[in-house]
Amino acid sequence: MKPLTTRDLVHCALFAAIVAVLGLVPPIPLGFLPVPITAQLMGVMLAGAVLGARLGGLSLLLFLLLVAAGLPLLSGGRGGFGVFLGPTGGFAIGFALAAFTVGWLAERLPRRGSLPSLFVACALGGIGADYALGIPWLSMVSGLPLEKAALGSLTFIPGDLIKAGVAAFAAATVKRAYPLAAAH
Amino acid sequence: MIELRNVRHRYGEREVLRGIDLTLAERRVAIVGSNGSGKSTLARLLNGLLLPDEGRVLVDGLDTRSDARAVRRKVGFVFQDPDVQIVYPTVAEDIAFGLKNLRLPRDEIARRVDAVMARFGLTEHRDWPAHRLSGGQKQLLAIASVLVLDPAYVVFDEPTTLLDLRNRRRIAGVIRDLPQTALLISHDLDLVAEAERVIVLDEGRVVADDAPAAAIAAYVARMG
Amino acid sequence: MLGLYLHRDSPVHAFPVGWKLAALAVAATGLFFVSNPVAIGAALVGALGLFALARLPLGAVLGQIRPLLPVLVLLFAVQAAFAGWETGAATAGRLALLVLLASLVTLTTRASDTIDALERGLGWLRPLGVNAGKVSLMLALTIRLIPVLLDLVQEIRMAQRARGVERSALALLVPLLVKTMRMADHLSDALEARGYDPR
Ligand SMILES: Nc1ncnc2c1ncn2[C@@H]1O[C@H](COP(=O)(O)OP(=O)(O)O)[C@@H](O)[C@H]1O
Ligand SMILES: [Mg+2]
Repeated sequence: MKPLTTRDLVHCALFAAIVAVLGLVPPIPLGFLPVPITAQLMGVMLAGAVLGARLGGLSLLLFLLLVAAGLPLLSGGRGGFGVFLGPTGGFAIGFALAAFTVGWLAERLPRRGSLPSLFVACALGGIGADYALGIPWLSMVSGLPLEKAALGSLTFIPGDLIKAGVAAFAAATVKRAYPLAAAH
Repeated sequence: MIELRNVRHRYGEREVLRGIDLTLAERRVAIVGSNGSGKSTLARLLNGLLLPDEGRVLVDGLDTRSDARAVRRKVGFVFQDPDVQIVYPTVAEDIAFGLKNLRLPRDEIARRVDAVMARFGLTEHRDWPAHRLSGGQKQLLAIASVLVLDPAYVVFDEPTTLLDLRNRRRIAGVIRDLPQTALLISHDLDLVAEAERVIVLDEGRVVADDAPAAAIAAYVARMG
Repeated sequence: MLGLYLHRDSPVHAFPVGWKLAALAVAATGLFFVSNPVAIGAALVGALGLFALARLPLGAVLGQIRPLLPVLVLLFAVQAAFAGWETGAATAGRLALLVLLASLVTLTTRASDTIDALERGLGWLRPLGVNAGKVSLMLALTIRLIPVLLDLVQEIRMAQRARGVERSALALLVPLLVKTMRMADHLSDALEARGYDPR
C-alpha cells in the first residue's frame, strides 16, 4: 500500500474536522423536508466522494477515534465510548464504512466524477452502508425486531437522499473548482 | 547566500517564473509585485517546498533538488495566514513541533520552547488553544515556531497583510530585530523601504532590482 | 469544548491520562446496564463532586451541559411518554452523566496528553501497519482545524446573509470546501517547511 503523504494526512484531518463542524453548527434546513438531525452524514459522504475510499474511510476512523476519546463531536454534542454502546452507535460506527463505500463506488461507477455518478455513490454508499450497520445495531441494543427498526429508520431516508444530492453537487463542484485535489 | 540560476517554474501549462537569475547575499532583501506575479512561488522554491522545472536553487551551495532536508533546516518559512501554519492545538505544542521533527531530546525541546516563548511574550499563553490568540499573537506564534528551529535564513511571505496597523508595526519590529538573513515579500511599502535591496517581480520576471527608493519608484510607476 | 483544558492543581488533573480514559470507558460501558433513575441521580451527584474535586468552576459544568439541554428535554419527554417517567429520567440522566464525565476528562487533560495516550495505545497496532506517529499528527491537526473551520462557517454565513441568502446547505458547503482544500495545501506546505517528513 502506498504510504500516506503529508497532504494525505492533512486531507484526512480536514474532512474529520468538517464532519465534526457539521455536527456542531445548528441543523441546516434542507429544502422542503424538516430534517430532524444534522448534516453530519453529508460530511461523511463528502469525505468519500472527494477523498476516495482509502482516505475517506481513514478520515472517518480518525473522527471516531476523537469521539471515542471523549470529545463530544457527534451531532447533539455526543461523545465518549458510551455513544457506541447506545441504540444509535451502529450509525456512528457506520460513518467510517459509509465514507469508504462512497469512495469505493465513486472510483468505480461509470462517468466518474459526474453529478449522477457521485449522487449514486453518495446515496448507495452513504445511506446504504450506514444503515446496514446502524439498523441491526439498533435492533440489537433496543430489543426492537429488525423489521421495526428498519421501518423506523425509513423515515430518515428522504432527508438522507437530499443530503446525498447536496453532497454530490458540492463534491462535483469542488472537483471542478479544485482539480488538483481530485488528481489523487 | 541564496542563488537562483535561470529558474523556471510551471503549474500545468502556465509558466509563472520565466528565467530568474538572482544572487541574494544582503541581510534584508524585499520582493514586491502584483498579485499573481509569482512571489509566493519564488519563495517556495527557496526552501525546496517546490522544485524548479528548470534551473537550480542553491542555499549556501546546497541544491534544493538534492539536499532538500539540509536546505529546509537552513531556511525557515513564515506564511501570510498563521491559521494555515499553526499545526498543533496549543501554543507550546505548536512551537515544539519542528523541534520534534529534528528528533531532539525532550529537555532540549522544552528549553528552546521556553526561551522562544519568553522572547515573543507568549509564556503566559503556553497552554492556550491557538484559536484564542489574537491575529497578531497568532502571527507571533507562527514566527516563534519557525525561529525556534534556528534557521540561517527566514522567508516571510506577506506576514503583515492580514494584520491591523498596530500588529503590523509589531511584526515589522520583530523582523527588523532579527539577527538572521531575511527575505521579505510584502505589499507594505514602508516595511519594504527598510530593506537593503528590493526586487520587483512582474509576470514571472525580475523587472527591477535596486536600492529601495529606486525600485519602489519603478514598481509604483508600473502599477500606475 | 475543544482545547478547553483548564489548568488547576488537583488530583483529577494529576490522575494519569491513560487511566482517565480507561475509567471513562468503564463508566460509560457500565452505565448502560444501569436503569434505576435514583442510582443515576447519585452518580450525577458523584460526577459533580469530581468537578469540585478538580476545582473547576460551576460555569465550566454549565457550559458543557447547556448545548445538550434541548436534547435532554426531548429525550426525557419522548421516553417518558412511551415508557414512563423513570425510563425518561434514567435515559436523560445517563446522557447528561456521560457528557459530564467525558468533559471532565477533556477539561482536566491536555489534548496533547490524550493524544499521547492514544498514540501509546496505537503503538500496539504497529504490526498491522498502523503508524502511530501519523495517527497522532492527524488527531492533533483535526483538533486544531475544528475551531478554524467553525470560524470559517460563521464568516461564510455572515457573507451570505449580507447578500440575502438565508441558510442553505449548498451555499455553505461549496465555499467551505473550496476554501479549506486550499488551506490544506498550505498546511501541508507548512508541515514540510518545519521539517515534517512523512516517511
Ligand atoms: N498550486 C498552484 N496550481 C496552479 N496555479 C498556481 C498554483 N499556485 C499559484 N498558481 C498560479 O501561479 C501564479 C503565481 O502565483 P503566486 O506565486 O502565488 O503569486 P503571488 O504570490 O505573487 O501572488 C498565479 O497566477 C497563481 O494563480
Ligand atoms: Mg502570494
